[in-house]
Amino acid sequence: MSSYYEASARERLQNLLDPGSFQEFLPPSARAQSPHLLQLETPAAFDDGVIVGTATLGGAKVLAAAQEGGFMGGAVGEVHGAKIVGLLERALDERPAAVLLLVESGGVRLHEANAGLIAVSEIMRAVLALRSAGVPVFVLDGGQFGCFGGMGIVARLCDAVIISEEGRLGLSGPEVIETTCGVEEFDSRDRALVWRTVGGKHRYLLGEAKEIVADDIAAFRAAALALLDAKPDLSLDALAAEHEALGRRIERFGSAADATDIWRAMGLENPEKIPVLEADDFRAATAGRRL
Amino acid sequence: MEKLTYEFQGGTFSRPKNEAKLVGVVGSGNLEVLIEPADLQGRCVVEVLTAARGFGAIWQAVIADFFARYPLADARVSINDVGATPAVVSLRLDQAAEDFLGDAQ
Repeated sequence: MSSYYEASARERLQNLLDPGSFQEFLPPSARAQSPHLLQLETPAAFDDGVIVGTATLGGAKVLAAAQEGGFMGGAVGEVHGAKIVGLLERALDERPAAVLLLVESGGVRLHEANAGLIAVSEIMRAVLALRSAGVPVFVLDGGQFGCFGGMGIVARLCDAVIISEEGRLGLSGPEVIETTCGVEEFDSRDRALVWRTVGGKHRYLLGEAKEIVADDIAAFRAAALALLDAKPDLSLDALAAEHEALGRRIERFGSAADATDIWRAMGLENPEKIPVLEADDFRAATAGRRL
Repeated sequence: MEKLTYEFQGGTFSRPKNEAKLVGVVGSGNLEVLIEPADLQGRCVVEVLTAARGFGAIWQAVIADFFARYPLADARVSINDVGATPAVVSLRLDQAAEDFLGDAQ
């Protein structure tokens, strides 16, 4: 078993995709670096914190991008974003079986402010163009920094999110909520609270993540392989049904103060035990109950 | 931020056909090391971009030790550093050299 959480972005790609199949576009030796960071006297990474390329997954051609959380929390700068947009636009030409986004990101890189924001909006547009052309985009979320800010929005624009218990998905991250709304509203140092609220299990139960897997690169690979054949329903009826479901969700759970209240209301037995279950036991305990 | 450059002559490990290799991450207390083959008339050039100023003498010592272990020739070693300790730098350099040279050292 090889931990997805502990691995670097490069290790994840190597172990997730078919062995030896990954070919990188703009590798580190191309030095596609952030011009902004150097102007700010900050060392910049040779790949600007994201690795993009082509590979096969179970023999099927895929394009993949992996964000490196260790470099500026995987935050999206101008070059970083352009590499992801370029990959998505290339997929529009090449029509691979899928695009995999191994997201690990706190959102926009604040050093690059507007350039990063624009990059995120371009990623969103490119994801939607690709989906409408029939190429599915899958997000894998199980890194140390989670998936927040602009990349949180991007993740929910994709066809499916595969998450581990360790993965987190949200818009404003815990520290941002605490800073803006106060520690009474959200204590970002309360790790149990953070994982209950934005962690993989809750996202899975709310239907925001399609699959939940153990913290194992092989488990992420198996889940991604299984999704390759799924045909997403992009009809207007499906969209209307999704909106209706979201409306019901806020009606049912909008006043809940804590994720455990929601789990109880969903009819899960022993909701306080949910956080300690391993992925397999958790799936079994919640089967047929999630949204 | 400080940029430091070191050059070494007389290396014997020349691998002009090997692929460039990258190890490490540009994060606090860490660094990335990129080793690439380059036509440098037999020299090994090490370029360091570090967030911490004033540690040139220590870098010189750590990199000279590295060259003694791995006398690379026609190679460019590029480093982006965010305050890694000398021990971490040495380990990363060795890791990069082993990756670059492969099994046929």
